[in-house]
Amino acid sequence: MAVDEADVRKIARLARIAVKQDDVATLRGELNKILDWVAQLDEVNTDNVEPMTSVVAADMKKRQDIVNDGDKAADIVKNAPETQDHYFVVPKVVE
Amino acid sequence: MSELLDLTIAQARKKLKTRDISARELAQAHLDAIDKSAALNAYILPTPDKALAMADAADQKLSAGEGGALEGIPLGVKDLFCTTGVRTTACSKILGDFTPTYESTVTQNLWDAGAVMLGKLNCDEFAMGSSNETSAFGPVINPWRASGSDKQLVPGGSSGGSACAVAARLCLGATATDTGGSIRQPAGFTGTVGFKPTYGRCSRWGVVAFASSLDQAGPVTRDVRDAAIMLGVMASHDPKDTTSLDLPVPDYEAALEGGLKGLKVGIPKEYRVDGMPEEIEALWQQGIDWLKDQGAEIKQVSLPHTKYALPAYYIVAPAEASSNLARYDGVRYGLRIEGDDIISMYENTRSEGFGAEVQRRVMIGTYVLSAGYYDAYYLKAQKVRTLIKHDFEQVFEDVDVLLTPTTPSPAFGIGERIGDPLSMYLNDIFTVTVNMAGLPGISVPAGLSSDGLPLGLQLIGKAFDEEMLFRVGARLEEAAEFTGKPEKWWA
Amino acid sequence: MADQGKNLISGVTGDWEVVIGLEVHAQVSSKSKLFSGASTEFGAEPNSNVSLVDAAMPGMLPVINEFAVEQAVRSGLGINAKINLKSVFDRKNYFYPDLPQGYQISQFTQPIVGEGKVLLDMADGETVEIGIERLHLEQDAGKSVHDLDPNATLIDLNRSGVALMEIVSKPDIRSSDEAKAYVTKLRAILRYLGTCDGNMEEGSMRADVNVSVRKPGAPLSTRCEVKNVNSIRFIGQAIEHEARRQIDVVEDGGEIVQETRLFDPKSGHTRSMRSKEEAHDYRYFPDPDLLPLEFTQSWVDEIKAGLPELPDEKKQRFVDEYALNAYDAGVMAASRTAADYFEEVAKGHDPKLAVNWVTGELFGALNKAGLELRETPVKAEALGDLIGLIEDKTISGKIAKDVFDIMWEEGGTPAQIVETRGLKQVTDTGAIEAVVDEIIAANPDKAAEVREKPKMIGWFVGQVMQKTGGKANPQAVNDILKAKLGCE
Repeated sequence: MAVDEADVRKIARLARIAVKQDDVATLRGELNKILDWVAQLDEVNTDNVEPMTSVVAADMKKRQDIVNDGDKAADIVKNAPETQDHYFVVPKVVE
Repeated sequence: MSELLDLTIAQARKKLKTRDISARELAQAHLDAIDKSAALNAYILPTPDKALAMADAADQKLSAGEGGALEGIPLGVKDLFCTTGVRTTACSKILGDFTPTYESTVTQNLWDAGAVMLGKLNCDEFAMGSSNETSAFGPVINPWRASGSDKQLVPGGSSGGSACAVAARLCLGATATDTGGSIRQPAGFTGTVGFKPTYGRCSRWGVVAFASSLDQAGPVTRDVRDAAIMLGVMASHDPKDTTSLDLPVPDYEAALEGGLKGLKVGIPKEYRVDGMPEEIEALWQQGIDWLKDQGAEIKQVSLPHTKYALPAYYIVAPAEASSNLARYDGVRYGLRIEGDDIISMYENTRSEGFGAEVQRRVMIGTYVLSAGYYDAYYLKAQKVRTLIKHDFEQVFEDVDVLLTPTTPSPAFGIGERIGDPLSMYLNDIFTVTVNMAGLPGISVPAGLSSDGLPLGLQLIGKAFDEEMLFRVGARLEEAAEFTGKPEKWWA
Repeated sequence: MADQGKNLISGVTGDWEVVIGLEVHAQVSSKSKLFSGASTEFGAEPNSNVSLVDAAMPGMLPVINEFAVEQAVRSGLGINAKINLKSVFDRKNYFYPDLPQGYQISQFTQPIVGEGKVLLDMADGETVEIGIERLHLEQDAGKSVHDLDPNATLIDLNRSGVALMEIVSKPDIRSSDEAKAYVTKLRAILRYLGTCDGNMEEGSMRADVNVSVRKPGAPLSTRCEVKNVNSIRFIGQAIEHEARRQIDVVEDGGEIVQETRLFDPKSGHTRSMRSKEEAHDYRYFPDPDLLPLEFTQSWVDEIKAGLPELPDEKKQRFVDEYALNAYDAGVMAASRTAADYFEEVAKGHDPKLAVNWVTGELFGALNKAGLELRETPVKAEALGDLIGLIEDKTISGKIAKDVFDIMWEEGGTPAQIVETRGLKQVTDTGAIEAVVDEIIAANPDKAAEVREKPKMIGWFVGQVMQKTGGKANPQAVNDILKAKLGCE
C-alpha cells in the first residue's frame, strides 16, 4: 500500500483540493489501487535509458524580442470573479 | 431533410458549390436535428445564431464562386477548444461561464476555411475519461444500441460528444482531441472515423491542456475522405505553439489514392491480449485478409513494451495534468468558492469545481512528481516511454503501417465501469501506445459485433506519415463496406 | 576567499565566522517577456502589460524570447562561467495568487550557465574571488498588493513572466562588505554587458541572502534566507543584523531554525516570514510545452567575440596603458559610463591628471548636485580641453578650478572662458620678475626673514599671485622668488 491517510491529506494540500474527512479512506483506496497497478513498471529494465524529453526531435522555436502583445487589461480581467480597477481581487494574503 | 444530414463533407461540398443546396438550409437542418437530440446529450451548447450567420456568410461566398475548403460545412466543436465569445467549459464546473476572448488555432483554421459552427460538444471533464461519463454536463449516450436492447451505452471518451454527434447525424464532422485514445476509441464505439495526427501536426494553442506531451487535435467524421479534408484544414504550423512542427501540410485528399501492392503491414503480437473477445480477434483477422487481398504483405512484428504503455501513461498524463490544472484556482476566471483565506478559497473552489476522476488524476499526478517519488514513478515512466517509442522505430524499419483492433470490446453500458477507474483505463489499451510514441493513428469502422454494435480497426503510422494512413484507411474502408447507421431512437 | 582572520565577528564565546551566499535575481533587459510578447516596461497600469499567456488563460503556451537567451549567455561569459549548450526548462509548482499558472517556468537540473567566478576589489586593496554556482533563466511572478484594500489582496500580473536571470553564488562570502562588493561588481558586469539595468529601486535586481554562522574551522551550520532585499545598503544591514541575531541565539544555547526571513528597512532587522508553504515540495519536472534549449559552441563564440571589454579587463588595461594605480583604475572601471568618460578626458592628456580631475572636481560636483555621471553638464571632451590648458601652462591648476566651476554653472568651452575673462596665466618671466622685484622692494624686512625662515616664501608667493590677479604661473613665481631671495 503506497499511501496512508496522512499522505492523502498531504497530497490534497499540495494539490489545493479539499477532501472531506469521510472521503479520505475511499480516496486512499482508489489511489493505492492505481499506484499498485502502475508499479508494474518496476519490471522494466531502464538502465541506460534516457527519459523522453521531447516527443519529436526538433530545435525549439524562439521569438524575437518585440512587444506585440498585452495592452488588453479589459480582456484579461473580463472573466474574473472579482476585480477592482483592473486588479484581480483575492482574500487577504498574509506574508 | 434527412438526406441533407446523411451527406458526407465531400458530397455536401460539391452540392454547396453547385448551389444545389445552400449553407443555410444545411445548417438549419442540423440545428433542427440538434433540437430534437436532447436524449443523446451530445451538444452542451448549440450556437444556432452564430451557425446561421456563418452559413449566410458562406452562402455569399459560394454564390460569388468563392469559398474555402470547408465553405458552408456545419461542424461541431468539442468543448475543449476555446471559441471567441462562446462559453468554453472543458465540460467542467470549474470553468463556470468562462467565455474566451480568443479562438484556438485549430478552430480558427476551420472558420478561415469557411466552416460553420453548430455548437460546443460534450466530452469527459478535461478530456479525462474513456466513456464521456465524467462530464459535469452529464453523460453522452451512444446513438447505437445493441440489437433488441434499449440499454443506454457509452459512446466512448473523452470525445464522446464528437463521436456521437457525427454518428447521429448532428453535424457533418466534429473536432476532437486525443491524449490516450480519446478520438479513436469513441470513433470505434460509434462506427465513425477518428484520426489522431502525429504529435505536433496540429497546434495546441487555445485547446484546454490536459497532458501537454500527449494531447493532439483531430477530426471525427463519417468516412476517411472527410477526415482527410478536415485534417488538411485543421493542421498548420503555429509559431504560438513551440511543440507545433514547422512542416508544410500535404494534400491529404490526394493521399487517399493508391493501392496497397507491396505495402508491408505489421501485426504486433502483443496486441493479442488475454481474454480478448473472439469477435475482436476475428475482425482483426478479417482486416488482415482485406489488406492481403489488395496486395499488401503481412508481417508479424513485436512491440515488446506494449503492455507497459498504459501504466506509464497513467503516470505521465496525470503528472502533466496536475500541473496544467493548477491554473484553475478561482482567481482569474471560472468558478470561485469563497474561503476564509486564500488557501481555503483554492481548496473549496477546486474540490467543488473538479469532478471525482479529475481530482483522482490530479492527486496521482501530484504524488508521482513529489519529493522522493519522482524518480520511481515519473522518471521511470518517461524512460519506459523512450523504450516504447524505440519499439515503434525499430518495427517501422521493416513495415510501413501497423494494423490492430481499436478497442478491446464494443461499447459497454452507461454506469457499468465508471465505479472502477482501472477497468475504465483498460479501454485505451490499444490506443495509448500511439500517444506515448507521438505517432499518428486512425480508427476505421470495420464491422459489427454479435450484438450489432460497431467495431473499429486501427492503423498506426510513422511520424508524419498521415498520408499512409489515409491511403490504407481508404482501402480498408472500401473493403469493409461499413454502411451501418444507428437507428434513430432519440428524436 | 579572504583571509579568515579579519572578517570574524566577536561573540561572548569567542570569534565567529559568517558564511554568506547570495541568489541575485536580475531582470533581463529585454523589451518583451521571457515567454510572451507583452511589454516589460515599468510603471504601467495594472494588468496592461499582460498577455493571455501571462494570465495563464486556458490553452495558452509559452514561446521563448531569443534575446533573453542571448543575454543569459552574455552574462554567463561576463562571469567567466561555463555555458551549457543544452539546458532544460522545468516547472516549479506551487500555488500563490501572483503565480497565475500555478507553476513558475524555471531551470532546475540543467541550467543554461554553470560554474563561474567574480573578482572583488576590496577597499584595502585585496582581491577576493567569489565562486558562482550557476545562472539560469526563469519567469518573474506578478505583484500582490496588500495595502490598497484592507480586506483583500489585489493582484497585478504586469511583472508576471518577465525574464529573470537567477545568479547563485557559492557560499564564499565572508562579510557584509564582501557581499556589498559582490553585488556591486555583479551589477557593474551586467550593466557593462547591457543584460540588466541593475536598477534595484525599480526592482530590476534583488537578492536573497543566505546567512549562517560558525566557529572558524567548523562545518557549515544551518542557514536562514533573507528574501527580496532590494538595495546594496540593505544587504549589508541585513547580513549584519542576521549574523548578530544568529550568534546571540547560539550563544544563548539555542538552535538556528532554517527559515525564510524578510528584512525590514525601518528597523534594520530581519523577521521571520509566516510560512508560505509547509514543506517546499515544488515537484520540478521538465516543462512539456517546451523543448530542450540547445545552441552551438560557434554561436557562443560569436557572442563572446562581440562582448564589450569587461570591468576586470578594463581595469587591467588602465593600469597597463595609463599607468594608473590599481585603486584609481578600479574606480574608473567600475562603470562603463565612468570608464568611457575617463578615456575621453585622458585622450592626449596626462592620465593621472585626468583621474584626479574626474574623481576630484567632477565627482565632487556631481555628488553635491545629486547628479549621475551621465547627467554631467561638463562633457568629457571639454574637461580634457581644460586639462590641456593646464598642461600647456595657459592657466594654473588653481585657475582651472575656477574655470571648471564656470563651465559647470554656465557652460562654455574652457578656451572661451579663459579668453573672455582674461584668465591666461602669466608665464612671461620678465613680467613676473617685475612684480617680484616690486614686492621684495616693498617688504625688505620680510625679504630678510626668508633667509632664516624659508617657509615665509609662501607669503611672497601669495603677494605675487594677488598682484597678478592669480594669473602668474605658480612654479615660475616660486623659482623667481627663490632666486631673488637667495634661497634654494
